[in-house]
Amino acid sequence: MPSASVLPSAVVSPSKPAALTFQELLFRLQGFWAARGCVLQQPYDVEVGAGTMAPETFLRVQGPKPYRVGYAQPSRRPADGRYGENPNRLFKHTQFQLILKPPPVNVQELYLESLAAIGIDLAQHDLKFEEDNWEGPTVGAWGVGWQVMMDGMEITQFTYFQQCGGLDLDPICAELTYGLERLCAFIQDVDSVYDVVWARDPDTGAVVTYGDVRLTEELQYSVYNFEEADVDRLWAHFNSYEAEAQALLAKGNAVLADEKASATEKRRFPLISTYELALKCSNLFNLLDARGAISVTERVGMIARIRNLAVGVAKVYVGQQTVELQTG
Amino acid sequence: MSDFLLEIGLEEVPARMIAGAEAELGRRVNDLLTRERLLGPAAKLTTYSTPRRLAVLVEDVLTNQSDTEERLTGPSWKVAFKDGLQTAAAEAFAKKAGVAVEALEKVTNAKGEYVGATVKRQGRAAAELLAAELPKEVAGIYWAKNMYWRAGKPERFVRPVRWLVALMDSTIVPLEIAGIAAGNASRGHRVLHGEASVVIDHATHYAEALRKAFVVADVAERRHSIRKALDAETRTVAGARWRQDAALIETVVHLTEWPTVVLGDFEPEYLALPEEVLVTVMRDHQKYFAVEGADGKLAPHFLAVLNTQVDDEGREIIRHGNARVLRARFKDARFFWDFDQKTPLAQRVESLKKVTFQKELGSYFWKMEESLKVSRELAILAEDAGVAFDVTALVQAVKLAKTDLTTELVKEFTELQGVIGGLYARAQDLGERVALAIYEQYTPTSTEDGIPLSIEGQLLGLADRIQTITAMFGIGKAPTGSKDPFALRRAANAIVKILAESGLPLTLNEVVQASGAKGGNREEVAAFLRERLHFYLKDVRGFAYDVVNAVLAADASFVRDAIARAEALTVARESADFAAISAAFKRIKNILRQAEEKGFTAAPAERDRLSTEAKQLADEAHTLAPRVAKLRAARAYAEALALIATLRPAVDAFFDKVMVLDPDPDIRGGHLYLIQSVLGGFSGIADFSEIVTS
Repeated sequence: MPSASVLPSAVVSPSKPAALTFQELLFRLQGFWAARGCVLQQPYDVEVGAGTMAPETFLRVQGPKPYRVGYAQPSRRPADGRYGENPNRLFKHTQFQLILKPPPVNVQELYLESLAAIGIDLAQHDLKFEEDNWEGPTVGAWGVGWQVMMDGMEITQFTYFQQCGGLDLDPICAELTYGLERLCAFIQDVDSVYDVVWARDPDTGAVVTYGDVRLTEELQYSVYNFEEADVDRLWAHFNSYEAEAQALLAKGNAVLADEKASATEKRRFPLISTYELALKCSNLFNLLDARGAISVTERVGMIARIRNLAVGVAKVYVGQQTVELQTG
Repeated sequence: MSDFLLEIGLEEVPARMIAGAEAELGRRVNDLLTRERLLGPAAKLTTYSTPRRLAVLVEDVLTNQSDTEERLTGPSWKVAFKDGLQTAAAEAFAKKAGVAVEALEKVTNAKGEYVGATVKRQGRAAAELLAAELPKEVAGIYWAKNMYWRAGKPERFVRPVRWLVALMDSTIVPLEIAGIAAGNASRGHRVLHGEASVVIDHATHYAEALRKAFVVADVAERRHSIRKALDAETRTVAGARWRQDAALIETVVHLTEWPTVVLGDFEPEYLALPEEVLVTVMRDHQKYFAVEGADGKLAPHFLAVLNTQVDDEGREIIRHGNARVLRARFKDARFFWDFDQKTPLAQRVESLKKVTFQKELGSYFWKMEESLKVSRELAILAEDAGVAFDVTALVQAVKLAKTDLTTELVKEFTELQGVIGGLYARAQDLGERVALAIYEQYTPTSTEDGIPLSIEGQLLGLADRIQTITAMFGIGKAPTGSKDPFALRRAANAIVKILAESGLPLTLNEVVQASGAKGGNREEVAAFLRERLHFYLKDVRGFAYDVVNAVLAADASFVRDAIARAEALTVARESADFAAISAAFKRIKNILRQAEEKGFTAAPAERDRLSTEAKQLADEAHTLAPRVAKLRAARAYAEALALIATLRPAVDAFFDKVMVLDPDPDIRGGHLYLIQSVLGGFSGIADFSEIVTS
């Protein structure tokens, strides 16, 4: 931990009502959506590039079962690291990810209410829903939707998922992704994400900033991602994780296809662990990419390899779900 | 008479798709009403759209279809009534026509006597018909990208349908689309009006009711008000003007329901960044209009079009927010600019090996080396023809042309490829000719765009594009039908345009030759370029298709010459003499074809054996041909064509009096020889037989 975090970086001016802190922003969003029937999950503990890749989205969107979930997901984008020098770009940022399956008819209105809940007075801002269709080739997913623009800034990605893991979704779901750092910088009106107030001591008013909490790790991660990560080992890790995932998938497919296998046997197949191996591959791919170790030609092949794993996982998952439904 | 309104309420439709869909909805409703005979004599159709709705109002719709009468003819009378008694045939026909057997009539026509029936059909009510038919029309609207939203995936549409208004005057037309039943409740502006519904009490009150709910439904009105607001905001800065941008206007028109405009500022220090970068950030990334000062240079302001109306405090908040985002983006751009300068373009050439140009071909490094060969060939041709340019600068520019693909700024603003390279070359003092050639390498990007100003830029543009085309054709990636994923047509159009509008003395064949294309590949590429030349002359320059065909039949390689010939021919064809010549040439071609089919040969005949008319034509042609050839060589096409037109009396007389395919083989051969030489001697400017004469 950076030592600066024990010292107040700035003291809030008493004349101006304090905007939400970074953590209050998260509390409010969680509270708002919990009150609307969402399961609140904790961040997923395997490296992911986006909240979409956490199993709470990737797997839960499959099949017919309704589900509503929200969670803050630290998301790693090795190539986006800037050694902590760029005020807006981060290696790791936090997405508040929300899945509403199926989407309620008033999903947009609910979303606008969530903005009011985090202290945004819509009457004083300019809001637009601008077309932005999302595609995640490594997880075989795509959807249509918008980037929600507030006063010229994208504050949320709003997507109606159509396909995931290469499978058509029915029902589809709405995915709302709030970029917390950006959103908080907007609410607090600061130019650098590192100046965002993360927490404020209610007694003393002393604040801990985003920079206090995260700047050092942004620097160190950038050094690793761009300079130190051992390319040969990354490749070896990738191949190793991929091989294990493929071997497991073969087993999973075999047990699901086996008419003599019991429902219990089918349910016991460690799908979630297989998926985590695929996620490891995805993160290693991103690291290799940041190291400039992947040529444009190789890139297509690598994406296809990860996609194969993701699609394989999705199929087995749906197979297991069918078993669950049949056996009740 | 009634007025009909349909409004489809949607979640925000992509701006780029709205205008097309609005027009299509209008067309479909109009076609449906026409087909169903429901348009009144003074019918008027108006369409509306905002991001959240498509609507159509038709005034003067018939409330009911008129009744119709139809006469059906059935079996012959004898079969239907035997001995005055009805048969099964009569009963079956009556049943089919829906009338009683007693109502059947006798119809007599040319073929005999038949059974007839008069069927009266009652017109249907418009409301009933629209309720049945309109949902299909709406479902048929084309969208570039569709989605499912309801469980079970019953329908796809651009975005979820959330409400429907369908009114015949004040009465709800009971139609249903995507599980939504039509009513009379619309919705207003999300924020300014809120969630309360907006009741439309009569079809014709639609636009006014929405206006009260802070929605301007008429697109033209929004466009007008945005322009006015841009003007008004810009006036707050002395001497300033906003940069016109028709495409951006259309985008913001379709992003707003209640548009207003704020003017914001940015720090003048960012003006040190190239204008191209600043404008791209503002226009493409933020949808802001740029502002220029009285000197025409960019001023440190921007104009944002809002989809709301707020008080002064709100305007200050929004202005501040937008400026904050813009500042961050400019800061990024400056960061990238500074970062990129650490590695000069010359040092980036090697890293082009890591950037794939085309999987089957190679990297951009490979492409650069190939383009270098092509540009050297072109340079030699240009130099030989006395064109003055800096060949060293050209070579340098070709080497560096693609290096900006490795820069952070181009990764961020891909649309500025080439432009960034040129700006970096300038910043790195590589010489103005090098910088300009790199900067201009992708111009022209469209048929309206200008060509590169510098000769080095023109040659680089030619070399780069012909290399791409030849290489792509070589691996079987020629465009097919509407599919042209590598934009090769655009590249070829640019080649033609550069040759047409520059002073370069190069022909299409020379350009193809320089690309190293050989054999079948060369034929294909040459044919492709000829086809683009045809397109250019006809669709860009607007020459008549027969003029284009005639001119290109004579030669389709020297672009500027083809234009000059087309211009002269366009004028010349208007004269009666010339029309007659065209007709005669057509005739000559036909006769020669016939002769060939019959195996007749052409050979000079003894002069004495020929008729006076034939001798006259031979003499005229003999005198004129060298004079025409001389004028053609001097490219005095108007004079040459005028001279050719003077052949008319001799030609007319010849065809009036002479039987060309004379039974005597010697005379016939002489005639054929004569007309062949006329055709050959005067078709160098254009193949006149292609000219369509009335």
